[in-house]
Amino acid sequence: MMKQWQVAKRILPLLAVFSLLLSACGREDLSVMKPQGPVAQGQYDLMKLSIAIMIVVLIIVFAIAAYVLIRFRRRAGQNEVPEQVEGNFKLEVIWTAIPLLLVIVLAVPTVQTIFAQGEDLSKDKNAIQVKVTSHQYWWEFTYPQYDVTTSQDLIIPTGKKIAFELKTADVLHSFWVPSLAGKMDTNPDGTVNKFSFSAPNEGVYRGKCAELCGRSHAFMEFKVKAVSQESFDRWVNEMKAPAVLPEDTQLAEKFKTNCLSCHAVGDQGGPVAPNLTGIGGKEAVAGILLNQREGQEEGNPVLDNMKEWLHDPQSVKPGNTMPNPKDLGLTDEEIDGIAEYLANYKLDYE
Amino acid sequence: MDWITTVDHKKIAILYLIAGGFFFGIGGIEAILIRIQLMKPMNDFVSAQVFNELITMHGTTMIFLGVMPIIFAIMNAVVPLQIGARDVAFPFVNALGFWTFLFGGLLLNLSWIMGGAPDAGWTSYTPLSSSEYSGTHGVDFYTIGLQIAGLGTLIGGINFLATIITMRAPGMSYMRMPMFTWTTFITSAIILFAFPAITVGLVLLTFDRILGANFFDVANGGNPVLWQHIFWIFGHPEVYILILPAFGIISEVIPTFARKRLFGYSSMVFATILIAFLGFMVWAHHMFTTGLGNVANALFSISTMLIAVPTGIKIFNWLFTMWGGQIRFTAANLFAVGFVPTFVMGGVTGVMLASAPADFQFHDTYFVVAHFHYVIVGGLVLGLFSGLHYWWPKMFGRILSETLGKWTFWTFMIGFQLTFFVQHFLGLMGMQRRIVTYLPNQDFDLLNLVSSVGAFLMGVGVIMFLVNIVITTRKPVNAPNDPWEDGRTLEWSIPSPPPEYNFKQTPLVRGIDAYWKEKMAGHTEMTPAEPVGSIHMPSATPLPFVMSVGIFIAGLGLMFSKDDFGNAFMNGLFNNYIVVIIGLLITFGAMALRSLYDDHGWHIEPEDQDEKGVRT
Repeated sequence: MMKQWQVAKRILPLLAVFSLLLSACGREDLSVMKPQGPVAQGQYDLMKLSIAIMIVVLIIVFAIAAYVLIRFRRRAGQNEVPEQVEGNFKLEVIWTAIPLLLVIVLAVPTVQTIFAQGEDLSKDKNAIQVKVTSHQYWWEFTYPQYDVTTSQDLIIPTGKKIAFELKTADVLHSFWVPSLAGKMDTNPDGTVNKFSFSAPNEGVYRGKCAELCGRSHAFMEFKVKAVSQESFDRWVNEMKAPAVLPEDTQLAEKFKTNCLSCHAVGDQGGPVAPNLTGIGGKEAVAGILLNQREGQEEGNPVLDNMKEWLHDPQSVKPGNTMPNPKDLGLTDEEIDGIAEYLANYKLDYE
Repeated sequence: MDWITTVDHKKIAILYLIAGGFFFGIGGIEAILIRIQLMKPMNDFVSAQVFNELITMHGTTMIFLGVMPIIFAIMNAVVPLQIGARDVAFPFVNALGFWTFLFGGLLLNLSWIMGGAPDAGWTSYTPLSSSEYSGTHGVDFYTIGLQIAGLGTLIGGINFLATIITMRAPGMSYMRMPMFTWTTFITSAIILFAFPAITVGLVLLTFDRILGANFFDVANGGNPVLWQHIFWIFGHPEVYILILPAFGIISEVIPTFARKRLFGYSSMVFATILIAFLGFMVWAHHMFTTGLGNVANALFSISTMLIAVPTGIKIFNWLFTMWGGQIRFTAANLFAVGFVPTFVMGGVTGVMLASAPADFQFHDTYFVVAHFHYVIVGGLVLGLFSGLHYWWPKMFGRILSETLGKWTFWTFMIGFQLTFFVQHFLGLMGMQRRIVTYLPNQDFDLLNLVSSVGAFLMGVGVIMFLVNIVITTRKPVNAPNDPWEDGRTLEWSIPSPPPEYNFKQTPLVRGIDAYWKEKMAGHTEMTPAEPVGSIHMPSATPLPFVMSVGIFIAGLGLMFSKDDFGNAFMNGLFNNYIVVIIGLLITFGAMALRSLYDDHGWHIEPEDQDEKGVRT
């Protein structure tokens, strides 16, 4: 018993060092190893447990291997034949039993976590319901309780449980916000997936599509923005306010005929393409062109990003279904005008 | 011509090795291109479309056309010798298996020059792989090419089952079979049960794409998740089709160079069977994030973790085989010894992945990429290198350069660890797999660069191996029967390379490690179980080649049956399935010829047996 404790005492500091090493990895808004919510935390705890067990296994195997390889090399002049050992029943039972034990240690919390995190909150009145619909290559978020639809930036109140219903409009995608929760696939109708997470702290978290979905799979990113309850309520109100159209009536007309056949702003337009309400205030243009934010070096001014996108959508997201505005008969000035209008279309809720 | 008509298992082994090596090279080049693209953020070395084609073809090529044929090469070269047989059970069918694999592989790779390679990932998940979202012929090349190649694998597997069941030398009971023969046997059984699943899946997908069926189309009552189930019911056992032969190779190499018999032989056999059995029970662990529900996730989590138990038995048995032995670090043994810790790394991350809630984070990230490359490259490819260095003298009568072999090992091993160890962390830091590029400043930049540098190093290692082969081929054929001096199994009791008929007299097997047992009893060769007599040999025939060409033509015809060539003659030829019919006529014609024309083979008489030792 004493001896075993000695072994444990030697391994513990190693584990501590290792978990420090792990937690030094990656950005807070992105890394699995810096969980920012209870769901990701639970998954991270499970990982730490399994990593700990596995490191112990690795140490034992590597130690035996190193010992054997050094101790039993064939030396010069060694010609007698070594004893031909058939096996050892006791030893073999031991190394069947120990892995089995380790598996049980890992299996019990695994099953517990599966059922704890797999709870269906879709009927829960206290949870914010969000229907996620994935498209090649953008994300649509609908809040049925508030009758609001947005795209790319998922706005949620801090501390509230968010209950998701996931489906896809075309191919399979996978909804993943590493620092808040593991991923879940978006299947077509009939196999709609449900899961939930919450974010206790305000912040912007990076989301990714994790299932190969075509040419712009890598560019199908989104953001989860956790804000205070008051800000969230204000955001809902702003979203429901009537649309703000370009002041220049000619441009407004162009925008209506060319863009609003697919896109929507406020109460106008269609549901085929990303909802543009308040797009100027979003974290990125097209999900991948990061907008400059206060106190952060990353990103370009939103106007530049908007122009880059509108002048050649295919170069930003190859294979996307948006027609090139030039092909719709818009002049460069008109495109710039629309870019300017969209870049300045911000909602005031923070 | 000799090579096209051969039905000799040793020559077919060499054909498999050359073809497998060729496709392995293509897959390797694809890997290097992928790593160049990912070397730095927002790189534009290849386009997003080409990148998706590269990852799809890299995975497909490596699994189906690279490592599997090299496994088959070693199996063909070694198994009949290890069980004291003169050939496999069905030599004609063996040749057919090779040619269908080769033409399937060629068809698949033709896609690079004939209008778009497959681009929906090696798993080809629907609906991305449906004709609606993948409009080129790429996925058609995938379904039809793999179908033809898979035919070859299935044929080969059945052949090995029959061979091992019926053709063991007198005295070789199942529990006296060498470990590599055991793993070949179990692998073949897995092939027999797993390949029909992918065959059905590919047929359904072909029907969806070419004939307008709706198996995977939700709008018409199909279900894309069905494809995932079919694919992984094949796909997970496939992992064991790949790794079990490597286990077998390691179980041969380590005892030879430790000069000790395999520790715990019967538990090794038991563990192999258990792994194969469990391998069929765990397919849905690839689908935790598909949304199967809590109960399914829990059950598949536990069943997956259980695989750690038999695998652990194997690892410890190998370590204790070396315990108390006299270990020689030849190139072959270096690869085998390097295999053990590397494979353990792949194994422990496998158990981590088995925990469903944690898998929600790991799945489809670089953590998974790291995991399965540790298993397939760190496990299987190291095993193959070990086996090739080990059996090369038996196959070709020439010993590979040990110095170059050791250099290959160290370059490849260091390159491998550099490439894939860091990918665990990339995954945990949020890098999903199959992305053509990534934004800067996400802490991905440095680790991706390290990974790419490692990949180049692995490439250098492989080139060294090729150089070794070229140099060795120019040396005289002078390897002794038992070049490692401590050979334990039957193949080391006959000349290197073996004569066409392998064993002049079928040997009598008196225990595990039959040849070692005779050597310890002071004998220099096996005790024969039969008098010297006339040896019956099968005739060489071009029919397997012709049949495969027919299937190849039919496959091409089917693929382009809906195309408009802008040319009435071509349109008439393809759109009315005339090309398909011609192809099938060739194949069925060859089959009819084979059935109607009775070929009894030929005999090697005792007086010819000494000089008839045809060198392969």
